[in-house]
Amino acid sequence: MKPSTFRRHFRESFKNLGRNAWMSFAAVSAVTVTLLLVGVFLTVLLNLNKVATDIENDVEVRVLIALETTDAEQQALEEQLKGLPEVDSVTYSSKEQELQNLIKDLGEDFGLFKQNNPLYDVYVVKTKQPEDTAKAAKKIQQLDHVEQAVYGEQKVDRLFNLLEMSRNIGFVLSLLLLFAAMFLISNTIRMTIFARRKEIEIMRLVGATNWFIRWPFLLEGMWLGLIGSILPIAAVAVGYSYVEDFIKGHTQGHFIQPLSYFPFIWQVSGIMLLIGAFIGIWGSFMAVRRFLKV
Amino acid sequence: MINMKGVTKKYPNGVTALQGIDVSIQQGEFVYVVGPSGAGKSTFIKMMYREEKPTSGRVIVNGTDLSKLKDSQVPKLRRQVGVVFQDFKLLPSLTAYENVAFALEAIEEKPAIIKKRVTEVLQLVGLKDKAKMLPSELSGGEQQRVSIARSIVNKPKVVIADEPTGNLDPDTAWDIVNIFEKINVQGTTIVMATHNRDIVNTIRRRVIAIEDGRIVRDEQRGDYGYEA
Ligand SMILES: Nc1ncnc2c1ncn2[C@@H]1O[C@H](COP(=O)(O)OP(=O)(O)OP(=O)(O)O)[C@@H](O)[C@H]1O
Ligand SMILES: [Mg+2]
Repeated sequence: MKPSTFRRHFRESFKNLGRNAWMSFAAVSAVTVTLLLVGVFLTVLLNLNKVATDIENDVEVRVLIALETTDAEQQALEEQLKGLPEVDSVTYSSKEQELQNLIKDLGEDFGLFKQNNPLYDVYVVKTKQPEDTAKAAKKIQQLDHVEQAVYGEQKVDRLFNLLEMSRNIGFVLSLLLLFAAMFLISNTIRMTIFARRKEIEIMRLVGATNWFIRWPFLLEGMWLGLIGSILPIAAVAVGYSYVEDFIKGHTQGHFIQPLSYFPFIWQVSGIMLLIGAFIGIWGSFMAVRRFLKV
Repeated sequence: MINMKGVTKKYPNGVTALQGIDVSIQQGEFVYVVGPSGAGKSTFIKMMYREEKPTSGRVIVNGTDLSKLKDSQVPKLRRQVGVVFQDFKLLPSLTAYENVAFALEAIEEKPAIIKKRVTEVLQLVGLKDKAKMLPSELSGGEQQRVSIARSIVNKPKVVIADEPTGNLDPDTAWDIVNIFEKINVQGTTIVMATHNRDIVNTIRRRVIAIEDGRIVRDEQRGDYGYEA
């Protein structure tokens, strides 16, 4: 395509936007609503995914020491733990320390338990490889004086159910809205085509190629999609900076962390821009195919 | 230049507009197409720029067999054929200059060439001074001159006109035909459907008369042949 032709298509596509200002506005709004939902959904989903991988990659097994264990027995247990081939390190954490951690993570409400601490003394065992964690936990469970050996993947199962469910709900909702937005874009383009039918007829008569005729409409659709993605991107960019700060305040030092702002925000913005452009181009493509017959 | 062999056109609604048309038009000819209303003149002309496809038979324009032409090849044909209509088909929001330039922009001609060619053809049709006017500011004859300028701006080998003077008063009609003459003298083939008896009988050229979808007369330097 010649630069002058490209400039022409650009110009025409913008003119068309202005010509059907109200339809354009409706289409842009539809894209905006859709992408807002998609943005929130993506943010939640990607973070849940991150949590799941954080847990999966965690090499920690928390060994709860049975209540009536003597110091000597506990000492023997520690030796046994250190002797396991999968184990990298073993650290002791008393139930008072455990309560302190809990209060730090979840808030002062748990200070109530200072009088009557329901927690166990714990050995925090780190395995050398994440994939060894389950095996090590199973072995540890068999040892004497072990109340329970807890590791990440057990928590992951429940999380995965949650993940699956939110993914499905978000997916269906987004898909419905995507179709609605595409339909509105398609209608807007149809109006433009209608307004320009005389021009199109003359273009055909003088020998314009089908692509020459199509381009401004496809661009117009793309603008609608891209303009519609501006607000959702801004909303996610601002919103997530608060959400991230908030969550980080509560997960300090913990192995589970929310996705950090960069590059997450670039990725989500990129995805939303792509989706916006895609539904714009696709919506207008359908209109062009049906009403331009080229 | 233009060859039709056994061309029949049956519209989807069952009307047979053309039947067994055989005709050959040479490069540089000036041809009137006459006949009563509904005879099939417009359909005959539409065959030449593939607005309609023949139901059977062959249409060859400038060496291209239009009956075999793929849709994607139609733009290439249209660039070799200029068309002019009774209702001008100008874009109301564009000036005379822009309307003519539009034809070249649509086929992605270089800006420098567009400027040169548009200026040339506006001069040729005598509208150099009104280049900046909108169609609504021009008379019918002037509008038709803009549309003729547009049809020849990319130097087609043939210009096809369907009742180009149909909406114009007699004097203005003469101006328009004189422009076609001028274009014809430069070597461009002209095919013109018309009901204008005066013109056909005065500027004597080849006349093809169509009735009921058939060619009933084809004479060099013929006359109009129907009562006014
Ligand atoms: N698109 C169409 N679909 C169906 N029938 C058509 C179509 N165009 C023309 N016809 C029919 O074909 C016949 C020839 O029409 P055409 O327009 O070629 O006549 P014409 O000679 O140009 O008439 P006029 O002098 O009034 O312009 C007419 O009976 C007309 O009704
Ligand atoms: Mg006609």
